[in-house]
Amino acid sequence: MDTVVVEALNLDAITKRFGTLTANDAVSLSLSEGEVVALLGENGAGKTTLMNILFGQYTADSGTVRVFGKTLPPGNSRAALDAGVGMVHQHFTLADNLTVLENITLGVGSLLSTSSGRSATRDRIKALSQKYHLSVSPNARVGALTVGERQRVEILKALYRDVRILILDEPTAVLTPQETDDLFATLRLAIADGLSVIFISHKLHEVMAISDRVVVLRHGKITGGVRTADTDKHALATLMMGTEATPPKVPQSTPGPALLKLDRVATPDVGNAPGLKSVSLSLHAGQIIGLAGVSGNGQAAIADVVGGLVKPAEGRIEIGGSGIDRWTPREAVKSGIARIPEDRHKTGTIADFDLTENAILERYRSAGFSKAGWLNWRSSRAFAEAIINKYDVRCPGPDTPIRLLSGGNMQKLILGRVLEAAPRVILANQPVRGLDIGAVNYVHGQLLEARARGAAILLISEDLDEVMAMSDVIHVIADGQLSPGFGRGSMTPTELGLWMAGQGFKNENAHAS
Amino acid sequence: MDIIDILFTASFWAATIRIASPLIFATLGELICERAGVLNLGIEGIMVSGAFAGWMAVYSGTGLWVGVGVAMAVGMLFGLLHSTLTVPFGLSQHVVGLGVTLLATSSTYYAYRLALPEVTSPPKIVAFQPYEIPLLSDIPLLGPALFSQTPLTYLAFVLVAVVGLVLYRTPLGLAVRAAGENPAAVAAQGLSVTTIRMGAVIIGSGLMAVGGAFLTMSAFDSFFFEMVNGRGWICIALVVFGSWRPGKAMLGAVLFAAFDALQIRAQQTSLGAQVPYQIFLMMPYILSILALVVMSRRAEVPAALMVPFNKGER
Repeated sequence: MDTVVVEALNLDAITKRFGTLTANDAVSLSLSEGEVVALLGENGAGKTTLMNILFGQYTADSGTVRVFGKTLPPGNSRAALDAGVGMVHQHFTLADNLTVLENITLGVGSLLSTSSGRSATRDRIKALSQKYHLSVSPNARVGALTVGERQRVEILKALYRDVRILILDEPTAVLTPQETDDLFATLRLAIADGLSVIFISHKLHEVMAISDRVVVLRHGKITGGVRTADTDKHALATLMMGTEATPPKVPQSTPGPALLKLDRVATPDVGNAPGLKSVSLSLHAGQIIGLAGVSGNGQAAIADVVGGLVKPAEGRIEIGGSGIDRWTPREAVKSGIARIPEDRHKTGTIADFDLTENAILERYRSAGFSKAGWLNWRSSRAFAEAIINKYDVRCPGPDTPIRLLSGGNMQKLILGRVLEAAPRVILANQPVRGLDIGAVNYVHGQLLEARARGAAILLISEDLDEVMAMSDVIHVIADGQLSPGFGRGSMTPTELGLWMAGQGFKNENAHAS
Repeated sequence: MDIIDILFTASFWAATIRIASPLIFATLGELICERAGVLNLGIEGIMVSGAFAGWMAVYSGTGLWVGVGVAMAVGMLFGLLHSTLTVPFGLSQHVVGLGVTLLATSSTYYAYRLALPEVTSPPKIVAFQPYEIPLLSDIPLLGPALFSQTPLTYLAFVLVAVVGLVLYRTPLGLAVRAAGENPAAVAAQGLSVTTIRMGAVIIGSGLMAVGGAFLTMSAFDSFFFEMVNGRGWICIALVVFGSWRPGKAMLGAVLFAAFDALQIRAQQTSLGAQVPYQIFLMMPYILSILALVVMSRRAEVPAALMVPFNKGER
C-alpha cells in the first residue's frame, strides 16, 4: 500500500532575515502525503517564521516552496490556500463579532458573487463537524466561544477549504489536557483521510504522541531529524536544547513563619467561573504551595484575592501576621506580594511600552524610580538593564517595545521584575505556560532560589507534573473548594486526579455529616 | 400654530425627509469606511467638494445625473488620497482625515474662484425637481411627505437597503466587516486587507460627495461657501448613533432632520416670539447629543476601527 509516497510539500533552502537577525537560515524540509511532521524548537528558533513563509504571510529572502510539485509564488496566502495549505495560527485569526459561519466562509470563493447559499454552507459545516467531532454551532458568535471551541473553528476553517496540508502552530498551548486529546482524535481522523500535518510544539509528550517524524530547528537552522518511533522524550529534549536538559534539583527546605494566611475566604461566582468557598490556606516562608486543578475551578479567584484585585466577600487575609482591611493591588504589592500573572500579554505587560517602562510598572511610585512626582528615567533604565543582564532577557535593549520579545524572554523580564523586588510572597500563576524546556527549567530554578532565600511561593498550574515536581505542599482546587494539603510525595498522580475531579470533597462532606 | 400641530403637517414631514437625504448619503459613506476599520474624518471636506463638483458640472452643461457622477468621482479621488495614506502607509487616521477635510474645502474654494472669478452671487442651475410617485403620492399626509421628493432622495433611501444587503448578505460585505473586526483574520483567509480597506474608503468617500451634491443639486440650486456647515461631523455621530448599522443610522438621520425641521417651524410659533431663536437652532444638536448618549451605550464598535494592519509585521 505504501509503495507510492507522494511528496506533499518541499521547502528548499528558505532564508529569512529580520534586520540583523537570521530567523531562517537555508532551511529545507519535505513532507509526504498523510505524514505528520513535528517541528520542534525553542522559543524564537524560527518555527513560526518558517511556517508564515510557507503560508505566504512573509516573503522569504531566498528559497522556494513547492506544494504537490508546484512552486508557490512568494508572499501570497491566497495561492497557498488554493494549493491546499491551511494554517492554524498560534494567536487565533478569528473575528469575535462575526459568527462561526461567517468566519469559516470569509474569503471562500469570489468576493463578487451574489449568492450567499447560507443553508448549503451551514449543512456542509455541520457535516464536517460531525465527521471530525468538532462540535460547534455555526450561528454562534465567535466572541462567545471558549478557547477550545475557537480552536475547533480554526480547524473547521481549514477543513472547509479542503486543505491537504495543515500547519498547526502550537495548537495546544491554550488547551486543557482534555481538549488536547479531542484535538488529537480529530487530527487522526483527518490524517487517515490523507491530510498531511506540520505540528509545531515544544511539548515533547505531544510530539511523541502525534508525529511520524520530528525535525528540530535551532537558531534558524535544521539541526536534526528523527523518526518518532526511534526516539524518546529525553533524546528530543537534548536535540532541541543542543545540550542535556536537566530540571533543577529541589533541595530540602524547612518552612519558616506563616507569611500569607487565607482564613475561610469566600468570593462570589463570576459568570461560569466558580468563586471561592470558604478557602483556608497558610503559606510559610521558604515553602512552595502548589495549587493543582482543572482550569476554571477557582484558580483565577484565588489569584485575584491574593493579588489584591478582588476583596473577599467573607473571611480574612493575613499578611505576615497582621490582618488586611483595605485590599487593593497596590496594598498587595506594598505588603510584599509579587505577582507573575497568568496572561503575560494581557495583564503582565503593556505591549507597546518598552522594557524599562514594563520593568517599573508595579513600582514606579517607589523611591528610586520617582521623586516628588517625577519619574527618574536613569535609575529606571539601569534597573531594566540589570534585569536584562541578570536574567538573560534576549532583546535589542531596554528601549525595545516588549511586544517584540518572544514569550520566554517576556516571562524572564516579568520574573526579574518580581524577584528583584525581594518579595516575601510570590504568586506564580502559570509561570511556565507556553515556554520551552530551557526556559521552564530556568524559571523553576529561579523560583527555587527564591524559596531558598525565604520567599513563600503560591504556584498555580494546570500541569500536574509541574505542581508535583515543585511543591512542598499540594492543595487541589475544584469548584472553588480547596482540598487539605498533601505533603511532597504523599499522593500519586491518580489520587490527585480524583481530587481534581471533585471526588475527595464528597467523601469529606460525607464524613462531616 | 402650536408645536404639536406642526407634527401633523405634510410640509414638516416633507422637510424632514429632504433634510435627512444628504445626511443619509454621507452617513452610509462613513459607515462603509468605518466598517472596514478606517475612520474617515475627511467627510466634511469631501461633502464640500462634492457639492461644488456636481453643481459646477451641471452649470458647465452636463446633465444632472452626470453631475452626480462627477461629484462621486471627485469624492472617490479624495478617498483614494485618504486611503493611500491611512491603509498601506498606516498613518494616523485623525491627522489624515482632518488634512483631507482642510485640503478638500480649501481647494474647492480655490476652484470656485478660478471658475467664477468675477461673480458676487453664485449662478443658479436647474436642480432636481420633485417627482410624484403615481398612486402613492395621493395618500393623504404621507403622500406629499414621502412620495413627492426628488429622485436623489429616493436614491438615498434605496441605498440604505442596498448597503445593508451588501454588508450582511454578500461575501464582499462579509470581507469588509471582517476587515474592521480583525484584519489578521482576513489576511489568513488569503484576502488583501489593503485592497478591501482602500476600496471601502474610496466607495464611502464617493457617497459622502454625493451627500454634498444633494445640497447644491436637490435641496438648493446653487453653491455657497459654508453650506455644508458641519453636516459631515453630524454624520460621524450618526454612525455611532446607528451602532454601525445602515438601517439604524438612517433612523438617526431622520430623527435629527425632524428636530431640524421642527425648530425652524417652532420659531414661527407664539413660543418663538418669546424665546431667542438661537435656542431653537441649538435644539437639534442638544437632542442629538442626548440621543447619542442613550443609544451609544449599546453600540458595537468595529474592533479594529483605527487599527492599521501591516502584513508581515509582528
